[in-house]
Amino acid sequence: MTHEKPAPDATPIVSLSKLNKHYGELHVLKDIDLTVVPGEVVVIIGASGSGKSTLIRCVNGLEEFQQGELEVDGNTLLPNGKATRALQKIRTEVGMVFQQFNLFPHLSVLDNVTLAPMRVRGWSQDDATATARRLLARVGISDQADKYPSQLSGGQQQRVALARALAMEPRLMLFDEPTSALDPEMIGEVLDAMRELAREGMTMMIVTHEMGFAREVADRVIFIDKGRIAEEGPPEQIFDAPQHPSTQSFLSRVLKH
Amino acid sequence: MDVTFQFNWQAAFASLPHLVAGIPYTLLISFGGLAIGFFIGIFFGLLRISPSAWLRWPAIVYIEIFRGTPVLVQVLFIFYGLPQLLGGPINALVAGIAAIAVNSGAYISEIVRGGVQSIERGQREAGLSLGLSRVQTFRDIIWPQAFRRMIPALGNQGIISIKDTSLFSVIGVGELVRQGQIYIATTFTALEVYLMVALLYLAITLSLSIALRLLERKGLVGQ
Repeated sequence: MTHEKPAPDATPIVSLSKLNKHYGELHVLKDIDLTVVPGEVVVIIGASGSGKSTLIRCVNGLEEFQQGELEVDGNTLLPNGKATRALQKIRTEVGMVFQQFNLFPHLSVLDNVTLAPMRVRGWSQDDATATARRLLARVGISDQADKYPSQLSGGQQQRVALARALAMEPRLMLFDEPTSALDPEMIGEVLDAMRELAREGMTMMIVTHEMGFAREVADRVIFIDKGRIAEEGPPEQIFDAPQHPSTQSFLSRVLKH
Repeated sequence: MDVTFQFNWQAAFASLPHLVAGIPYTLLISFGGLAIGFFIGIFFGLLRISPSAWLRWPAIVYIEIFRGTPVLVQVLFIFYGLPQLLGGPINALVAGIAAIAVNSGAYISEIVRGGVQSIERGQREAGLSLGLSRVQTFRDIIWPQAFRRMIPALGNQGIISIKDTSLFSVIGVGELVRQGQIYIATTFTALEVYLMVALLYLAITLSLSIALRLLERKGLVGQ
């Protein structure tokens, strides 16, 4: 990693304690304890259905949880979707990139990026547009600003989605399998943009199946198995010397193919 | 059987000025009713998808009642029945507009529900995750997309409601069919006049179809 290692004793920007989530009978997340400090890049890996996406979706309240506590940037979320004002504040400060991009198809690329800063932050059209153009240039799609999302490739759409989230000047970015819906030849351009962001010191929580990327960009890797954090540590430890049997078996399945 | 009957074009065209006088009533009842029905439809359509059963049930009851009974019965009820409750007569035009409003409102509620529910969950999640409120997410993201998808079904409902107004001749409002009936009563040219009436309905509904097709084409940008 080229960016400076975040201080492990810094005040966490995200902290989850004894977080539990159920979908009816299904116990999706079990006693999750997790903190993320500013500037840290945390990559969450695990098998399909292990609860890793659900975990980061809890962080900005897209999923409710039933027990435990979740604090993001000083705002506390309570179980069962209470405290909506804290939720609104969290969502303003936390950006998210989705597997399916979720761009707004009825708005131009530029309007996709300017909408939230104008509506939520109250920026003027000029300010929002200037910021949007700068961000679109940064992710390499400045010449597509007036197109509609459907006119863009998947990789371009995902980079617009990244610019859209960054336009809110978030303190934390969540990535929910950002490359899983992309054609193989477009994965690289999205990972490059994320790498750049990590280098600049953005705090990131990333759910991904890209193990090479995880090893390269992560300060810490968390392995989730059946809704529980089975193992966490620096990437070298997780990938080269996994301790937990479930981590070993998961990695042997995903790395040898 | 007398098969020597000749279609009398002259009689058909002679009836036109008389029939055309009914068009403003037909348009006023159908578009007035549809405009009100559109707002009723948005209101009950959104209640219908509320997470709260207390809001959902009134919408379900409204929709089932007014979709499940004939519009003819509805207008008879409003025009002849309601005055007994209110203690005073209701203007036939008002009764017609009200009947189209409550009837189309029930169908439009379902169109609105379907349109809004057809928008992928990720759209709402993207809006909320950017810090937009639920109201902003609905107004700026969900509704514009849902409305575009609703246009064909709304057009259908518009055409159905325009044709439904023909039933309102029974309460004596001077719309197209009523004008035709009055004219035939003195000229006995039913074949010619009803053909003209049918063509006039077709002219109205085709105009609407074409207008909607243009609107739809415009709305497709960016989808």
